[in-house]
Amino acid sequence: MTDKAIPQELTLEAVKENLSQVMDFVDVRLEEAGCPPKVQMQIDVALEEIYINIANYAYNPETGPATVRVDVSDEPVTVTITFVDHGIPYDPLAKEDPDVTLSAEERSIGGLGIFMTKKLMDDVVYEYKDGSNILRLIKKFN
Amino acid sequence: MLNIEKKAQGRNLNIALEGRLDTTTAPDLEAIVRGELDGAEQLTFDFAKLEYISSAGLRILLAAQKIMNKQGKMVVKNVSEEVKEIFEVTGFSDILTLE
Repeated sequence: MTDKAIPQELTLEAVKENLSQVMDFVDVRLEEAGCPPKVQMQIDVALEEIYINIANYAYNPETGPATVRVDVSDEPVTVTITFVDHGIPYDPLAKEDPDVTLSAEERSIGGLGIFMTKKLMDDVVYEYKDGSNILRLIKKFN
Repeated sequence: MLNIEKKAQGRNLNIALEGRLDTTTAPDLEAIVRGELDGAEQLTFDFAKLEYISSAGLRILLAAQKIMNKQGKMVVKNVSEEVKEIFEVTGFSDILTLE
C-alpha cells in the first residue's frame, strides 16, 4: 500500500531545532496512509514529547543522532513510530504518572508529556538493546 | 509556526493564536505571559485557529492561569475538538475555563 520509493526512516541530529523536520517527515507519511486529523494530532503530541526528551537528555551535555522510523500495517490500519538513539539508557515510561486532578496552584508540569503519550497511544514500548534506546509508539487509526 | 495576535482594551487582554503551540513556538507566548499581564484583569485566549498543542503549550497556559488566579480571570474560547481532548486527558479542562 505504501509507496516504497518514499523513505520511511530519517536520521538527524537530536536537537530541538529539528523538531519541525521530524514532524513533517512523520506527518507526510500519516497523511499518505489516510490518518484522520484527530489521530494525527495525537500522534504528533506523542512524537514531540519523545523526540524532545531525546534532544534534551539522551546525549546531554553533548548532542548525537536520533533515528525516526514510520511503519504502517493493515487491518486495522496501525502506525508504529520507532525512535532509536545511542545515548544514556533511559526508560521514560518508568516515570511515575502525575496527579491530573490537582488544582492549578498545586500543579507542576513535570511528567505530563509522557503521561499524555501513554494516554493517547494504544501502546508505548521501550527497550534498551545493543547500546541503543528503542522506543515505539503504536497507534490504530480508528 | 505560531501567529500571536494581541488586543488590549482597558484591563482586558485578548490573545488569538493561529497555528501550532509546541516546544519551538511556546517561548514566544511565554514572553507575553511573563511580561505583559501586569494590570490585566481579564485574559481571553481565542483558540479558533489553534491547530495543535503539546505539553510545552500546556505549561504556558498553566503559568498564565496561575497569574490570572491572583489578579482576575482567564478564559479560553473556541477550542477545537482535538485540542479539547488534550485538555481532558491532562485534567486541564478542570483547571481552565473553556467557553
